[in-house]
Amino acid sequence: MSLGHQGLVTFRMIDPDAGLAAALARRPAEIVAELTAARLKGRGGAGFPTGVKWSLAAQAASDVKYVLCNADEGEPGTFKDRVILAEVPDLVFAGMTIGGAAIGASKGIVYLRGEYAYQRQPLEEALARRRAAGQLGERVLGTPFAFDIEIRMGSGAYVCGEETALIESLEGHRGEPRNRPPFPVDAGYLGRPTIVNNVETFACVTAIMAKGAPWFAAIGTEKSTGPKLFSVSGDCARPGVYEFPMGLPVSELLREVGGEDAKAVQIGGASGRCVPASAFASTICYEGISTGGSVIVFGPDRDMLRVAKNFMEFFVEESCGQCTPCREGNARLLQGIAMLEDGRCSAAYLAELTKLGEVMQLASKCGLGQSSPNAFLSIVEHFRDEIMGRTYAAAR
Amino acid sequence: MSDHENVNVESPRAPVSQRGHLVRVPADQRASGALVEVAIDGLEVQVPIGTTILEAARKIGVKIPTLCYHDDLCVAGVCRICVVEVEGQRTLQASCAYPITAPIAIHTHTRKVRQSRRRILDLLLGKHYGECYACFRNGNCELQALAAGCGVDFFRFGHPTAPLHELDSSSYSVLRDMNKCILCRRCVRTCIDLQEVGVLETVHRGDKTTVSTFMNKPLAEVICINCGQCINRCPTGALGAADPTDDVWRDINDPSKHVVIQTAPAPRAAIGECFGLPPGTPLTFEMNSALRAIGFDKVFDTNFTADLTIIEEGTELILRLHRALVDRQPVALPQFTSCSPGWVKYIEHFYPEMLPHLSSAKSPQQMFGAVIKTYYAGLHHIDPADIVTVALMPCSAKKFECNRPEMAASGHKDVDYGLVTRELAQMFKEAGIELPKMPKSGFDEPFGTATGSGVIFGATGGVMEAALRTVLELVSGLKVENLYDHADILPVRGFEGIKYAEIRIPRLGTVPDILRMNAQLPFDSWAWLAGATLKVAVCHGTANAKRVLEDIKAGGKLSECHFIEFMACPGGCLGGGGMPIPTNPEIRAARARAIYAEDAAYEVRKSHENPAVLRLYNEFLTGGPNGHTAHRLLHTTYTPRGKYIA
Repeated sequence: MSLGHQGLVTFRMIDPDAGLAAALARRPAEIVAELTAARLKGRGGAGFPTGVKWSLAAQAASDVKYVLCNADEGEPGTFKDRVILAEVPDLVFAGMTIGGAAIGASKGIVYLRGEYAYQRQPLEEALARRRAAGQLGERVLGTPFAFDIEIRMGSGAYVCGEETALIESLEGHRGEPRNRPPFPVDAGYLGRPTIVNNVETFACVTAIMAKGAPWFAAIGTEKSTGPKLFSVSGDCARPGVYEFPMGLPVSELLREVGGEDAKAVQIGGASGRCVPASAFASTICYEGISTGGSVIVFGPDRDMLRVAKNFMEFFVEESCGQCTPCREGNARLLQGIAMLEDGRCSAAYLAELTKLGEVMQLASKCGLGQSSPNAFLSIVEHFRDEIMGRTYAAAR
Repeated sequence: MSDHENVNVESPRAPVSQRGHLVRVPADQRASGALVEVAIDGLEVQVPIGTTILEAARKIGVKIPTLCYHDDLCVAGVCRICVVEVEGQRTLQASCAYPITAPIAIHTHTRKVRQSRRRILDLLLGKHYGECYACFRNGNCELQALAAGCGVDFFRFGHPTAPLHELDSSSYSVLRDMNKCILCRRCVRTCIDLQEVGVLETVHRGDKTTVSTFMNKPLAEVICINCGQCINRCPTGALGAADPTDDVWRDINDPSKHVVIQTAPAPRAAIGECFGLPPGTPLTFEMNSALRAIGFDKVFDTNFTADLTIIEEGTELILRLHRALVDRQPVALPQFTSCSPGWVKYIEHFYPEMLPHLSSAKSPQQMFGAVIKTYYAGLHHIDPADIVTVALMPCSAKKFECNRPEMAASGHKDVDYGLVTRELAQMFKEAGIELPKMPKSGFDEPFGTATGSGVIFGATGGVMEAALRTVLELVSGLKVENLYDHADILPVRGFEGIKYAEIRIPRLGTVPDILRMNAQLPFDSWAWLAGATLKVAVCHGTANAKRVLEDIKAGGKLSECHFIEFMACPGGCLGGGGMPIPTNPEIRAARARAIYAEDAAYEVRKSHENPAVLRLYNEFLTGGPNGHTAHRLLHTTYTPRGKYIA
């Protein structure tokens, strides 16, 4: 497969009807086995094996289960789910329907990001077309399998992209992550076994069902299979949504998007890592630099302290506020950045902040808090002299 | 005692995650796979599947520090103080929220754990304003203890030097100081999940997160019932009771004032906790000496008016039953007890349409105030304007109750100050009194005699048991000891959330003299009660009260009751919002044992046999129970408040 395709290349070639029909012709366990054979991992960023998740939910004993599609695409610098929903919504809906068949659920819910409200109408129309075509409803494709999908709106909280906070929000509560275990596959929406998957993951499921696990597994690396969409933004000549196979070196990606002179790339959004030029040979994949698809390019003139500040301001704002490390820790890191800006952060205090960041990674309740110091820590690691510059100058 | 007292896992607001892990604990621990092997710091132990790491550690004596965890509340897992290392897990896990479902090895004090715990604490201290010297929780503060336990010797992230929030002192009962709040959310879980009142909730997010009332209105302007359960569960000084001790000291020191105090039964079984004694050490008579030592002119026993309440409320019930059964008139039945002021404000806000069910009898505290400023003032020729009545109560809501404008039938405030157990202990300490070492002394006349029935008002079911003892004897003419061993009416005792009992009237006696004092009594024989069975219920905690009221509205089994006891606080008064901190089911059970032991030791255990009560009716309340004078002084009216907040 050649590199450097701007836009949805593979997904546009997939026939959603073929994927759904192929899935419904099989037993639930066979659907899960196919995903496992394809070695599909979650496209939201965490990279949990989809086959494992679905098989746990399929085994959970309950007469009512749910399929949730996480369309709360809130990670800064991520906009590929928006394009999928706009251009190939049927792939996603078919994937959710396949999920219902695989785990024994008859209801799916799309949790749509509040800012994507303008997409709701076309998505509702797509659902109506699917119902009319018998692809949703009491007898999907004429089989005894019943499944329908509802669209529910988020209200602009980043943390509601965390799956248990998403579920709390759907239940009408404050969007705050739950304690885990139990995991949603055991006790999710309304306490029932629930799978929560990213928009792109569902599209991949449909693609795998349509074209087979061997086709999917042949793309990418051994541990990171399949095509992956990337939202590329920042200081590059050709920003946009790209499709690349997993395992691509950062340098090649930069060449494709016209960002060869970058001094750093933020991979994985605000909660991802800042990769310096010295590490551009690293590959983007689950075993390398993992990402849900956000790539932000920083050109040679970018002030990395401003970059760190921007990310920390985001987390101070978006922390749900329940656990101490995330609520207070992010504010302290942002305060530390202000001290760096003023040239009055000692090396000792910077070490203290680094330790704090590590504690936040270890002790926060959910993935938001655990990953919120990532950008700060990697910028401190790789651009220490730059961010300490004002302090050094003040000392001279 | 029931396993699930107060832990309200069925509450719709209890996080689903908690409901999930609690149900997974297998009932039959002998079943194969029901137990799982864990190693905590190298100590191996078998626990039932679903046991949390914290529970397992406690079982083998490994102490994991906690802050947001509370025995009475659903798990939050938000403070992260209790994090531990679980082998094979990348991140640390909150031990309070981690159910053990597979054999795991746990380490509770590795370098990672200690560094994390210490920094989390540093972060909390960096937002906690206030000096420990100037805090009423000094010496009894979980944050302070945690800082000591973790060896905090400097403020890594600073310490606020100026307050960020204004003190909310609008309420007669509850004081809120958000400067000391560490956002553990115990108050939120208490208010929403335990009590199902819902005055406090978390608002905003990130570092702007705070605990707030509706639109951040002062507590006095929202639907707070003043139960103070949040105070008992706050780990710091963010929530406290509105403290009148300065005023009480001032009046004690004013020679023109005659300052009397009445003491309720529950504080006596708990005040020892403030002096290092184990819960359930009764100090009734030591306290009498101590009260005189700090300058109270008279020390009275609230049990006296508890007995009076039983007579008044029991008579009211009999009259309601007669109107319903004989006159066939529409009467609000079941009759509800009215001695818990938290409960009274709850029904005024949440079920104003059911207020006719509420007994019009004042609570014992208010009856006593009224009697002191009328009967007692006359007896001793003291101008009631110069009498200051103080009430020692287990209850923060009593502070609001004594300030109700309708509570002044004598022309003076029935009760001037409501003092809670913690505040009196503080007064004793200030006066240098080592309470457990005080000599014993009795209560002052003319109210010196009280009965065991008054004492048990302090425990859930106590009012009902006292009422049943009296009603059964008055109606049957039999000694209740002949019906129940030691007159202990066990079906209404215990900590179950809602108790139901049917008490058959064994035979009919003659209408006793005390009731005949009321000239308006519409019957002169009990014939109308032939074959009757009294149906009663008892509940404690407003979450259970809500279930009872909803059942009545739906025409369920409880709607057929004749009489229902309601207590706002879990456990009844012994779990009151003015009681020593901490509280948990074991502490409340110990206090209950002390209260029932005190009851068993009384010679007179039935309200209607209290000679001082009979004398009061003969000399002063001459219209008898529910008669004109009794009605004017001992009964009250209620305000349908509803939930509208302006």
